[in-house]
Amino acid sequence: MTRTGGLPGRVLIGPVPGLLGIAAFLGAWEVAVRGGLVDDRYIPPASTVLVAAVDYLDDGVFWRAVGRTLGAWALGLAIAATAAVVLGILIGSSGVARRATHSTIEFLRPIPSVALIPLAVLVYGTSLQSTLLLVIYAAFWQILIQVLYGVQDVDPVASDTAVSYRFGRIARVRYLVWPSALPYVMTGLRLGAAVALILAITAELVIGGGGLGERIALAQSGGALDKLYALIVITGLLGVAVNLVMRAIERRALAWHTSVRGEVPV
Amino acid sequence: MAADPATIAMNPTPSNPRDVLLRVDGLKKTYSAQGRDVEAVRDLTFELVRGELTCIVGPSGSGKTTLLRCISGLLEPTSGSVVLDGAPVKGPPRGMAVVFQEYGRSLFAWMTVRQNVELPLKVQKMSKSERTRLVDQSLESVGLAHSADSYPWQLSGGMQQRVAIARALAYQPQLLLMDEPFASVDAQTRADLEDLVLRVRHQFDVTVLLVTHDIDESIYLSDRVVVLSSPPSTVREELEIPLPRRRDQVTTKELPEFAHLRAHVFRLIKRESGAETPDAHDSSSLATAGEL
Repeated sequence: MTRTGGLPGRVLIGPVPGLLGIAAFLGAWEVAVRGGLVDDRYIPPASTVLVAAVDYLDDGVFWRAVGRTLGAWALGLAIAATAAVVLGILIGSSGVARRATHSTIEFLRPIPSVALIPLAVLVYGTSLQSTLLLVIYAAFWQILIQVLYGVQDVDPVASDTAVSYRFGRIARVRYLVWPSALPYVMTGLRLGAAVALILAITAELVIGGGGLGERIALAQSGGALDKLYALIVITGLLGVAVNLVMRAIERRALAWHTSVRGEVPV
Repeated sequence: MAADPATIAMNPTPSNPRDVLLRVDGLKKTYSAQGRDVEAVRDLTFELVRGELTCIVGPSGSGKTTLLRCISGLLEPTSGSVVLDGAPVKGPPRGMAVVFQEYGRSLFAWMTVRQNVELPLKVQKMSKSERTRLVDQSLESVGLAHSADSYPWQLSGGMQQRVAIARALAYQPQLLLMDEPFASVDAQTRADLEDLVLRVRHQFDVTVLLVTHDIDESIYLSDRVVVLSSPPSTVREELEIPLPRRRDQVTTKELPEFAHLRAHVFRLIKRESGAETPDAHDSSSLATAGEL
């Protein structure tokens, strides 16, 4: 065994490379704008944007907007997940139901949520329900598809075991189908959480009614470029945070699963 | 009921008529796939005597697993019947527990050892105190009391199969069905598990039906061996194993009777799988085969 890795290589693990990457990106942005490569009437330098972002930290209006966006995101995701899991298990447990719904699901799934904006405005105006409708529609299919795959992935031997010990339908779903499908549900939740955030901000941006999306629209119409970009950077950070939270939940829920538990010395 | 461990009684003298726990009568199973019928089991008839350990042994592909699935109620036979203690089997009966070969897939990875063993009792709504008593007792008897809070995947293969056996014992079946239970573990572990089965079947007073392709194992474990023909299977021969009741991996296998029985079953199965049968005038080929 050679030790070519050495100490310098070992520094480049953990969060260090990621942070270096961000620093390099911000540096390139700053240089590109200051050096005149990019017109600062369209993009202010990174330092200006960061100052604007920091200014938001003690702005009550901003925090209320964040709260509203995250509220719509969380509520929409929760409703979508509940509906997708219940329907997914019901449909997935029956071959007839699977075949009967397959083509309908494949037709409805690719419809982009944003295509529903006119409908949402017509029915709910600029209220929270409009945003929720789009968020739920977008997240629901992501999760449903995963649940349908997950329910199919029950091990036949485990299934025989449950049948031979006379598990009823409900016991089978609770103790076997649900845990077997959980890794898929978690993947669906993670994908759904990301599109739900995108749709929450899109809806606010286009429909209005408060939230970060509306702040972005206001900053744009007011010509406050530094604030506009600061808000964009913040929504990006929000996305990163959402992903980290979902991954942490996944690791906790799937501690027993091969994808998380890693190698076990036996 | 307790047998004197010192007795070298063959089998407990069968009271006439035999105390039959399970009766398999004219069992036939044909699989249909893409318009083609495959006959896995042609006609099987045999009985299990209460309190005995019976092994079903047969050449590979002789429908052993199909037979076990039919008996356990997991698979519906094409014709024929399975009767457990007077009641026809139409789906898994309460009086049976199955131990599968694939312990890793049969145990639930998301539950601890204790939760796995407890689950079938919980599902049938047994009281908490009764559950705890049975789980503790069965884990103790398979030597896993100290691993109750581990997850199955943290244990070795042999220990995982012990968990599956403990789960079956805690369920308090009349009949324990085992499908090639030791086929996926190493030789030393296999010997340990064989002795474990011999021990717990007396401790829990359970009748055992074990399916195996291993002739030595079938004779070592059994009171009675049912030899299957090659597929589509029928009962080739049913023989009592008149070995001392107390078995030992070394001394039992040294007995001349053990060697005779082993050779007898070996010839039956060789003949079934179409290979040359070593006869008296053909002893040279036997010697060669023995050296190989």
